[in-house]
Parts: sequence; C-alpha cells; structure tokens
Amino acid sequence: MRRLIQRAASAVLVTAALAASPIAPGIAQAQEQYMAVPSSRVGPYSAMGTGYYGGIIDYMTYVNKTGGVNGVQLTWAECETEYNAARTVECYQRLLSGPNGQKMVVFDTLGTPGAYAVINRMAEDEVVLAQFGYGRTDAADGRVWPWVFNAAGHYWSQIAVKMNFMAQVEGGVENMRGKKIVHLHIDSAYGREPLPAMRQIAEDWGVTLVEISIPPPGLEQKSQWLQIRRERPDWVTFWGAGSGMNATGMTEAARVGFPRDRMMYVTFGGAEEDMVPAGDAAVGTYVVANVVPGKDFPLVQQIEEVVYGAGEGNLANPERVGTVYWNRGVAAAVMWIEALKNAQAIHGKAGQPVTGPEFRDGYEALDMTAEKLAELGMSGMIAPFKLSCEKHDGSGRFKIMQWNGEAFDIISDDFVAAPDESFIRGLVEASAEKFAADNGLSVRDCP
Amino acid sequence: MNPEILFFFEVLLGGLLAGVMYSLVALGFVLIYKASSVFNFAQGAMVFFAVLSFVGFMELGLPFFLALLVTVGLMVLVGMATERFVLRPLVNQHEDTLLMATIGLAFVLEGLAQLVWGVEVRRLDLGIPDVPIMWIADATGIFVSALDLVAGLVAAVMVAVLAIVFSRTKVGLGLRAVADGHGAAMSIGIPLSQVWVFVWATAGIVALVAGMLWGARAGVQFALVGLALKALPVLIIGGFTSVPGVIVAGLIVGASEKLAEVYIGPYFGGGIEGWAPYMLAVLFLMFRPEGLFGERIIRRV
Repeated sequence: MRRLIQRAASAVLVTAALAASPIAPGIAQAQEQYMAVPSSRVGPYSAMGTGYYGGIIDYMTYVNKTGGVNGVQLTWAECETEYNAARTVECYQRLLSGPNGQKMVVFDTLGTPGAYAVINRMAEDEVVLAQFGYGRTDAADGRVWPWVFNAAGHYWSQIAVKMNFMAQVEGGVENMRGKKIVHLHIDSAYGREPLPAMRQIAEDWGVTLVEISIPPPGLEQKSQWLQIRRERPDWVTFWGAGSGMNATGMTEAARVGFPRDRMMYVTFGGAEEDMVPAGDAAVGTYVVANVVPGKDFPLVQQIEEVVYGAGEGNLANPERVGTVYWNRGVAAAVMWIEALKNAQAIHGKAGQPVTGPEFRDGYEALDMTAEKLAELGMSGMIAPFKLSCEKHDGSGRFKIMQWNGEAFDIISDDFVAAPDESFIRGLVEASAEKFAADNGLSVRDCP
Repeated sequence: MNPEILFFFEVLLGGLLAGVMYSLVALGFVLIYKASSVFNFAQGAMVFFAVLSFVGFMELGLPFFLALLVTVGLMVLVGMATERFVLRPLVNQHEDTLLMATIGLAFVLEGLAQLVWGVEVRRLDLGIPDVPIMWIADATGIFVSALDLVAGLVAAVMVAVLAIVFSRTKVGLGLRAVADGHGAAMSIGIPLSQVWVFVWATAGIVALVAGMLWGARAGVQFALVGLALKALPVLIIGGFTSVPGVIVAGLIVGASEKLAEVYIGPYFGGGIEGWAPYMLAVLFLMFRPEGLFGERIIRRV
C-alpha cells in the first residue's frame, strides 16, 4: 500500500509538472547544446518508448555528470508523441526551438510512421533524422537523403540476416530450396517494409514466400495462425508492432502447435516486454538484435553507478537497465554524442555548441571502430561500422538471440551479416535513385 | 474427413470462440446502455483499468483471490464515483452530453491507471493452459485450448445471470424504467443514483473478467483499450439493449470475420478482419437498424 501511495504521489507531481508546461526543460547552463526528445511514454507503445527514451536521457545525464561534450552541457526538452504520426509532427514543430533559443540538431522518432511523417522537412529545417534501426530503408543512401541516417541497420539488412540464419540452421543455402516461409506482419507500411528484399532473396533461393497480414491492434490472430497451420511453413518471420500484437503472436502459435524455435521476431517485437506477457509460449522464439541487451558492458555499469547511484535515473523501474530497449536507447544517444564530438572537431568548435549542418557533418563522420567501441565501454554491444557521404546505414549486422523464459540467450558468437551485403546495398541505391527521379530530387556527388 | 472441410470447421470454431471473447467486452456496453441510453466510450478503458489494477494488487503481494476481491471493490468505487461526479450533475441532460462525459471518463481512467501502476507490460497467468487439448485434437483434428473453453463458459454464465437479473428482478425493472426516462423513473420513486451505481459497478466487474481473459493471452497492457472497437459491430448487430443479443452477435461477428479473412481476405491483400465486421454491421443498419434483438423505438413527431 505504501508503494501504491508513493506511486500515486509521484503521479500527481508528474501531472502537475506536465500541466505547468507541455515541454519539460532539462538542465540549463552557460555552454550548452539543446537536444530534442520526442518520447512516447503512454499508450500501446509505452513499454518501448519508456525504455528507449529512458536510455537516451540516462546517457545524456551520464555525459553531463562526467564533464559534458568537451565541456558543453546537454539540455533537452521532451514532448509526448504517443507513437502517433500526427502527434510526432506536432512535437517536431514544438521541439524545433529549445527553451534556450537553440534549434534542435537531431530528431529520433523511434518509429517508421513518425519518421515518414517528418522526413521531407529535414533538409529545409537542417535537422538530422537519426533513424536507429527503423524508418525509411532507402534513406540509407546519403546521396539522395543527406539529412537522414540509420546507424543501427535497416529492415532489408535485417530480413537478409534472418534468412541467412535460417539457411545456417537448415545446413546451407542449397538446403533452402523448396522451403516455405510465412511473413506474418502488421497491415502497415512498416510491416511490408522488408518485402522487397525478402521477395528477391526468396526467388533467388527457390523459397516459397507466403505473406499474411494482421490488422492492428492484433490482439486476435486466430485466422492468421490457422492459415499458417494449413500452409505448414518451415519458418515464420513476425513483423509486429506493440507488445499486445507481439505477445499474442506467440500465444497463438502455441494454440495451433507451431514451434517457437521456427519463429523469428523483428527488432521491434523482440524485447523483454514482448516476451514476458506471453509466458511459456514465448520460450524458444528467435529475435535479432542490432544492439545487444545485458549489463555486462562497462558503459551500462558506469551509467548504473553514476546516474542511478545518484538517484537521477530516468527509468521508473531501475531493473529495466540493461534491457533491449534501454540498451538501444543508450546506443542511439552514444551516436548523437559522438556526432557532436566529431562536429566540434571538424568545425573547430571544441567546447562550443554546434548547428544542424555541423552536426550532420559530425554524424556522417561516425567511425565506430572496434577500438572506439571498446573505449566507450560497449565492445560487443553493436557491430563496428563507418558512415560516409553515400553510406548512411550502420553495419547491417545483427546478433541472434533466443528467449529462454526469463532472458535472452545470445546464440551467435559474432554479429551475423546478410548473405550478400552488396546485393542489399544495390537494392537500397536502386530504390533511392528511383525516388529521386520520381520526385525531381538531385543526387549528391560523393567523393 | 476432407482436410478442406475440416479446415473450414476449424476456422468457424475459432471464430465462434473469438466471438465469445468479443461478447464479454460488448456486455459491459449493453449494461450501461440499458440503464442510461448512453454508449459508454469508457468501457475499453475500464477493461484496462480493472485488469491492470488486479495485476498491480497482486504485485503488491496480495494473493489471487484477495486481489480479485479488492479489484471488484475498486470497480464498485469507480462506479460510485462515476455516478457522483459524472452522471449526477448531468441528470436529464441530452444523451449526447452523457456520451461526451464518457469520452472524458475514458481519458481519466486510462491516464490514472498508467500513472498509478506504470506503463510496463505485465503477464497474467490464470493457471489455465492455452495450448491444444490433445484428446480433442486427436479425436477431431481441431485444436481447442482450455482457456478457450473457460472463456466460453464464463461468458455463458455471465450472460445467463445478467439476463435473469434484467428480466426477473425488481432491479432489472428499475433499470429499464431509468433507461426510458430519468425524470419519469424518479417521479415514481426509483432511486436513480442507486440504479446507476449498480449498473456501472456491474459493468466494471464485467470489464475485469473480460480484461483477465484477454490479458492472459495478450498481456496486461494499454492495447486492451482498443478492444472497444471489437465490441461496436457486436452491439450494432445484437442490439444495444439485449443481453442475449450480445452473445449471438458476438458469435456472428467472430465467425464471419474469421471466415472472411481466410476465404475472402487473400483477394484484398489480407488483413480484412479489421473492417469486415463493420461492413456486416452496415448491412444490419440498412435492413434492421435496431439489431437482431434490440428494441424497435418508435417516436411520435
């Protein structure tokens, strides 16, 4: 009961604070860099939003408490999007200028619908759209999309990695001929995003691909799973959104007796918050990770000590430190800060805030080598990668995890790559070039 | 049996079982509509609020049945508070005003639940297996789980009890009188406040049961609010005022949406079960606007 009263009291305080201002300002100091946080803390995607944006804010707090970015303190403002594209646009407009008058330099919607809603404003407003493992796939072509990045890998790489893993389990690509895969997805652009790459690989390998969609919110999937039972596929790739749909996918699979160790979940369906509600039905389900969860990384331990030790953690439940979404949020924020450092170095502004175009240059200069990752205390948390003028996506490599009923077991020793990375890159460039041609956009010359 | 025929029956049965779950959610709407002629927009929020509170009480250390009892008490309190602070000030107001008030109530309940209990997704283990019962599968080739059967049984019992309450008791008579007109009911001595508290508390308990069954399968989380959308076509087809109508309409909606998804869906790119029940509801509105079991209202102009 005491806990209940404490929660109710903190709820009242939060409500009062939010009522006072729709945008809650963070720290304000002399040399400061303003960052925008369009979070989604309520609604059906709240488990994802609280973890991811909690990780971002915790890392920024950690940076501030350990000296800032070459002395520059970070300030931030938060706006609630409820993972809704229209609200994301509203938040974008609100957050564009911060309480200290600075303009935002980076925007991270944590969702494909929100990213699509604002993507065409980036060049005009000179703001970086830092998609982190989601969003418009062909924006990985920096020649067409100079202001958009995807440092955690996109859905075409992800599906290629999954099919590569299936081939490994089946004993090689040659054994995939004649196999059947069902792509079970939410009936939205996000659910269909991996299909161009998936269809092509399936055709090349002689795999039968069956596409079945689920209307949101997806709490009832009986007809889809009966179809799957009739199709008798060898594998199911699940592309759901929201833990309700994701958990139901596994419980329905159990109801029709489909083995969970033949199911591969998308990165936005494969978190503890998706697995736990499904109980025993989730055991055995495969998930790919662009950022590996866990507390074994020195960076995670330092944040726990410095931020949570001081009672300044953003998560209401500190036990969520080290979970899938929190670690992903931390990694996303690491990219922001490394981009800031790069921008300061490139433009000779050490110890000073940077502008949007300068930040863009810094993001494009990200070179996350194995040594750099070790220095940051996140060795093995993400695969090394390097961005460039034309290449705006990360490594495109993922680790394979399997849910054991309580936590994820990492079952691939190293990050798994797509079977033919140049093929995926070719698809990205072809799609971006077509978009540029269809919309009369100029294609940037890269050295 | 021919595999295709067996598959048809399996889809049909799956739809009927899903329909029972929809009926449970729709039942809460009917209760409130019968007593106040208001479509309660907050019913989905009540499902979420009730089951999240139930799981929250268990997390505080309460055993299952005590948590259930405390949550039932909480839903009675919610009913009393709704009557005192939302409905009583709006007595004799237009039905649209009451409708707007329930929209506001939905926001309050959704926000309150998340603020008090947090936004984390919870698991709810009712101890009822949700895997195929093997002897049924072996004998018929059709997969049915124990949770499916329990949900059907619970829905049937609740519908039977509520149908008796409405048709055979003084409380039921009072509810019907209140629905016909607040002022008229009060003038003949029917305690409007008590009737409203009773009906909102009962709807809250129905919401708790529905939330527990849905939460056991999908997790206890905000998405449960969206269940209200599944109940709407059930209400249109069954009639807003009929308790037995809800169960029949639930079965029709469940079966038709599953059959439509499997047999017609592929021609539309799939994912049609989200809107197929609404198409069916539109057909009913065209030919039988009061629904299968609803009261035909004739107004003198």
